Amino acid sequence: MKDIALVLPEIVLLTLACALLVGDLFVSREAKGRTYALGIASLFLTVICVLSLAGPLDAPAQMAFAQLVVLDGVSTVLKAVMLVASALALIYSWDYLVKHRLDNGEFVALALFSTLGMMVIASAANLLTAYLGLELLSLSMYALVALKRDDRLATEAAMKYFVLGALASGLLLFGVSIIYGATGSLDLATISKSMATVNRIALAFGLIFIAAGVAFKLGVVPFHMWVPDVYQGAPTAVTLFLSAAPKIAAFALAYRLFGEGFLAGVDEWRVVVAVIALLSVVFGNLIAIAQTDIKRMLAYSAVANMGFLLLGISTGTVDGFAAAFFYAVAYAISGLVAFGLLVVLSARGQEVERIEDLSGLNERSPWLALILLISMFSLAGIPPTLGFWAKLTILESLVDAGLTWMAVVAVVASLIGAFYYLRVVKVAYFNPATSQDVLPAANDSAGAVLSINAIAVIVLGMMPTALVGVCAKAVLTALR
Amino acid sequence: MLPAPTLTSYLTVAAIVFTISVIGIFINRRNVIILLMAIELMLLAVNLNFIAFSSHLGDLSGQVFVFFILTVAAAESAIGLAILVVLFRNVGSIDVNDIGRLRG
Repeated sequence: MKDIALVLPEIVLLTLACALLVGDLFVSREAKGRTYALGIASLFLTVICVLSLAGPLDAPAQMAFAQLVVLDGVSTVLKAVMLVASALALIYSWDYLVKHRLDNGEFVALALFSTLGMMVIASAANLLTAYLGLELLSLSMYALVALKRDDRLATEAAMKYFVLGALASGLLLFGVSIIYGATGSLDLATISKSMATVNRIALAFGLIFIAAGVAFKLGVVPFHMWVPDVYQGAPTAVTLFLSAAPKIAAFALAYRLFGEGFLAGVDEWRVVVAVIALLSVVFGNLIAIAQTDIKRMLAYSAVANMGFLLLGISTGTVDGFAAAFFYAVAYAISGLVAFGLLVVLSARGQEVERIEDLSGLNERSPWLALILLISMFSLAGIPPTLGFWAKLTILESLVDAGLTWMAVVAVVASLIGAFYYLRVVKVAYFNPATSQDVLPAANDSAGAVLSINAIAVIVLGMMPTALVGVCAKAVLTALR
Repeated sequence: MLPAPTLTSYLTVAAIVFTISVIGIFINRRNVIILLMAIELMLLAVNLNFIAFSSHLGDLSGQVFVFFILTVAAAESAIGLAILVVLFRNVGSIDVNDIGRLRG
């Protein structure tokens, strides 16, 4: 019974998602809004379950189901942030889905199942659990991207995402099988203990495959080909969902594997991860400059930001993992504002495909323009936003680990990157408006929640200590 | 008389199958179904690895992992084929070269 109590949030979410999937069939098209609201409510109910189960952040980890599942401070914080990020993405999307005739029950059911997969990754204490969570997340995401069945771009994007995602799973599994052969176990704690005694060549071979698989899922150079295509091709509401919570899940996967499992073998993977991270930071920012499609630009921005996150992991220190954790949370919160704004604009009749479509946004809706400004500043890392502190903690961890030159490269790349974020702000504030239609201000629930989200980016940016402290404390307890 | 297969022979076969599948994904310029077949082949190579190690180590968890991989592979190919059907309806072809609207 104790085992079941520890996975109660997952059981609750699974039950509600299944009930919603079936129940939705009996709901008429006009009443789909109700099942959608129930989906959002079930995410918040699961958050309550997660928080009520949680002990203090520095409590020792509790294991369940023969060491398959772990419940510790890190898993609690990760799950809470994932669930809230998914719920926010759903709240922003409703009007968009109605307008684009995607308001059938599949969207919310698939979103709930992928969130369940993320929660399983966050709690994984065994390579098997990590793999199953990852597949539940990925399979739901493939279907979500293909949700707009009659759209050529969306189905093309889904096919590319599927093939590359399946390839990534294959690479990851090949690495896992070699690690299993070398260490004789699938349990991450046992693998961690036997790191010192295993064959170094087999270990390095397996870890390179696992690093490649994780890099695919994070979407970093040179495994980033799917990111811009999927971001551009998928319906914007799906892009919004994809850009927030799954990024935290990708961090969770990297943390569980490289932090809890392979930290003792850091010498075998540090160089590979550092090279991938530096390439993404540099190329992500450079290629983003050339983009005219805003979703593609934000996709390359995601590549660069995930590279920044990996820089923290590449230090191989506990502080580095804590910084990467904070970075993942901060990126999800800021990314939600950026894509949330695109979805909200689209629902109000202003489709945004190219960056020029944002021309004169300030004249038409000063408040939405300000939200855009906040999100761009946060993604670029300009104070006083949350994104600034996220970049700063990563840079601090790099300098503390004696990798000052990497910090310098990252700063230069971010300076280059600031150009394309500021260009979006310039277009919105200084270009003449192409249409004089007044956009409705933020007066519905999506607009209100988006405003709160944007204000949170600023407020957390002014008082980052609490959030940094939570992330650092959880990781310090788990890895020491 | 051939020598009895050792762990290395199984791993070599698995590595060869794995390489064939990766080549199948990257060199294949014709048919999306071949891509799906290559993905299945890749998972089978991994299964062979797991079974060889499991038998060598005398530890059952590797074989349990194989059951899960087989199940997930079935779900994965179901979704892959479903996406392929939708794609064929929109594009009218399953040629890899015709799927190039997105520039990635």
